[in-house]
Amino acid sequence: MADATLRVFRGDREGGKAVDYKVPVTEGMVVLDAIHSIQAHQSPDLAVRWNCKAAKCGSCSAEVNGKPRLMCKTRMDSLPTDEPVTVFPMKAFPVIKDLVTDVSWNYKVNKKIPPFQPRPGVEWKMYQPDVDRVQEFRKCIECFLCQNVCHVLRDHDKKEQFGGPRFFVRTAGLEMHPLDGLNRTRMLKEELGIGFCNITKCCTEVCPEEIHITDNAIIPLKERVVDEFYDPVTMIVRKIFGAKTS
Amino acid sequence: MTATSKYETHEYDVLIIGAGGAGLRAALEALAQGAKVGVVCKSLLGKAHTVMAEGGLAAAMANVDRADNWQTHFRDTMRGGKLLNNWRMAQLHAQEAPDRVRELEQWGALFDRTESGDILQRAFGGHTFKRLCHVGDRTGLEMIRTLQDRGVQMGFDVFMECTITKLLTDANGVTGAFGYWRESGRFVTFKAKSIVIATGGIGKSWKITSNSWECTGDGMALAYEAGAELLDMEFVQFHPTGMVWPPGVQGILVTEAVRGEGGILRNKNGERFMEKYDPKRMELSTRDVVARSIYTEVKEGRGTPHGGAFLDISHKPAEYVKRKLPSMYHQFKELADVDITKGPMEVGPTCHYVMGGIRVDAETGQSSVPGLFAAGEAAGGLHGANRLGGNSLSDLLVFGRRAGLGAAEHAKKTAAPSLDNAQVEEAERQVLAPFDRSDGENPYTIHHDLQDVMQRLVGIFRTDEDLRLALVELEKLKERAKKMRVEGSRLFNPGWHLSRDLQCMLTVSEACTHAALARRESRGAHSRLDFPKSEDAWGKKNHVIVKKGGAMTLFEVPRGDMPAELTQILAEDQ
Repeated sequence: MADATLRVFRGDREGGKAVDYKVPVTEGMVVLDAIHSIQAHQSPDLAVRWNCKAAKCGSCSAEVNGKPRLMCKTRMDSLPTDEPVTVFPMKAFPVIKDLVTDVSWNYKVNKKIPPFQPRPGVEWKMYQPDVDRVQEFRKCIECFLCQNVCHVLRDHDKKEQFGGPRFFVRTAGLEMHPLDGLNRTRMLKEELGIGFCNITKCCTEVCPEEIHITDNAIIPLKERVVDEFYDPVTMIVRKIFGAKTS
Repeated sequence: MTATSKYETHEYDVLIIGAGGAGLRAALEALAQGAKVGVVCKSLLGKAHTVMAEGGLAAAMANVDRADNWQTHFRDTMRGGKLLNNWRMAQLHAQEAPDRVRELEQWGALFDRTESGDILQRAFGGHTFKRLCHVGDRTGLEMIRTLQDRGVQMGFDVFMECTITKLLTDANGVTGAFGYWRESGRFVTFKAKSIVIATGGIGKSWKITSNSWECTGDGMALAYEAGAELLDMEFVQFHPTGMVWPPGVQGILVTEAVRGEGGILRNKNGERFMEKYDPKRMELSTRDVVARSIYTEVKEGRGTPHGGAFLDISHKPAEYVKRKLPSMYHQFKELADVDITKGPMEVGPTCHYVMGGIRVDAETGQSSVPGLFAAGEAAGGLHGANRLGGNSLSDLLVFGRRAGLGAAEHAKKTAAPSLDNAQVEEAERQVLAPFDRSDGENPYTIHHDLQDVMQRLVGIFRTDEDLRLALVELEKLKERAKKMRVEGSRLFNPGWHLSRDLQCMLTVSEACTHAALARRESRGAHSRLDFPKSEDAWGKKNHVIVKKGGAMTLFEVPRGDMPAELTQILAEDQ
């Protein structure tokens, strides 16, 4: 088969430039294979994160021809061959080197979320229909592509005030767990800034696990926050009887 | 300035190397014992190879098949391992696995459910009963996420993208470890009273493997260099079903759950060939048998167009397949243009798991080096000559916990260690050497050739001649590796990282080849064409490899007799 040209970002925190590499294309090849071929034969110090090469670990996120993708799932034969295939690091996170970005902020956000806490004296029985909707959220492989495309993070860089779609998905998985006994709405409102999300669904579009992030996680969580903090009846009740702690 | 004061240094009661299922479970237990715990991992947290585990976690919960119990699980495990298993480990594993599963559930894991609201269990090869607790075909992800979130909440320090290159020791045992940050290339030292090795497997030494880049045998090589013993390294499991096409995805795992859910294997003539090899258990025979059967079909000219066997689940309703095997559905659709609800997959054996590993005490996970513990795939013993599917995830939990406990208790009675300057300086010199050479080979080339040697000569079927040739080739590769060169800076440099991982791969490959050459019989995953039978005498001894006078030395140890109670369980039939 023919060669393809990959135009890969090479650089670090100080800056960088796109470099062209010619790579022989084999049948069924994915972009990550092409990057590995560059490492093995042309540039052994080309930095890239990857682990499983089977779309299960969510490590090899990048922007291929401008679109946020997992490189291990992006077939070369799905891309036009008459022009270079551009491979750039995720834009919403600072570059460490080449295709590797600093995603440590995500791990900090994760620490803010109170963990699963079973209701006291709960019986450990759960039924598949109740578990189904939570299992959708638990499919998340933490590729952070949703974080990368979320305009609140990508364009407005509100990392101090906003948690991003990944952590709404995680919180939804806890809030909707059939046996969980905590209320995380105040945390959603105040620490994860769920109000910043204006449901443009960019996150849902890029999710490689096809999680309905906006419809199934964010909107129901927004509704809970609204019910608790902005519902007129609740507000009156609260005024009279005092605020419930959550 | 001395080497030990020159670098960033951290001090822990228990240092865990590896953040897969075993490492994280060990960390949680050590924390629960009040130890100060650090976890070092080569990747980001949550990306370890455990995340790729698909089919499930074996535990005799008896939620589906009421007759199941630990005795049956013990018997299945021992028989699957061709009786070479450490029987005490097999017993503890079978007895404790159900509690470890319940614990995961109480920490928030959500397994698939039975009609009555319990954890659902599925059939798997070599298990008498439906025993595998699962979440579709992404059980490992559920497990690692649950452990990871619990650990973050309980408060361990995680050193992500950090590689340990040397264990530091003194006359009393381990004192710490030396490594580098992958991101910056800066060096870091750890002082630790106890260390738990939980670094997983060695699959990256083979060309066709289901393993991720991390599985380079680091922990086994580190322990070996520190004086620990390696056990039964000849037993390497080739999973029967890896993808065979297209070339880029060759080796990627196709979960045994496909067969557990009713998938059928056929050759190119449409024959259900398992009838010939294991008419009783058919597709749900043990992995060693199924892998050899597929290999034989292909070798005798009855393989598929891309050199594998057909695996078909399309007789099941499409919705059922998509619900129970969602990632297989997507994997084949996106990577191979095959819709598994409509037609068969093409599959063939792929290097998957090493039964051998660091020799440990069954109760505590401690190796022959005081303070050095191991758990999970990095440790040997539980699985004997062949591992049953689903017994790995349960192994991680049962022995991860035990190693964490053992390490915390050891730390309680150990004084704060100090590091030896000379050892740190030597470690530094070793890692930097490839930068100092002006010419020499690229580590990628040497790795490629190593994979070729192991695939060709130390594969599913082995012979005296091939294994001897492999040892010669490995010597040449070691010489070449001494002269390899890396380009660029220390900033996130994969070529440099590989140069270090390659040293570990060479060590474990050599251990595996030595042990395979010495075992002149066929047993479980170790198949010798020149010694095709299992011999009773060989069934009573294990192989131990240790570094003596700078050289790799192999000796035999008796497996040890089982207590009467276990012998009786083993003798009972279903």
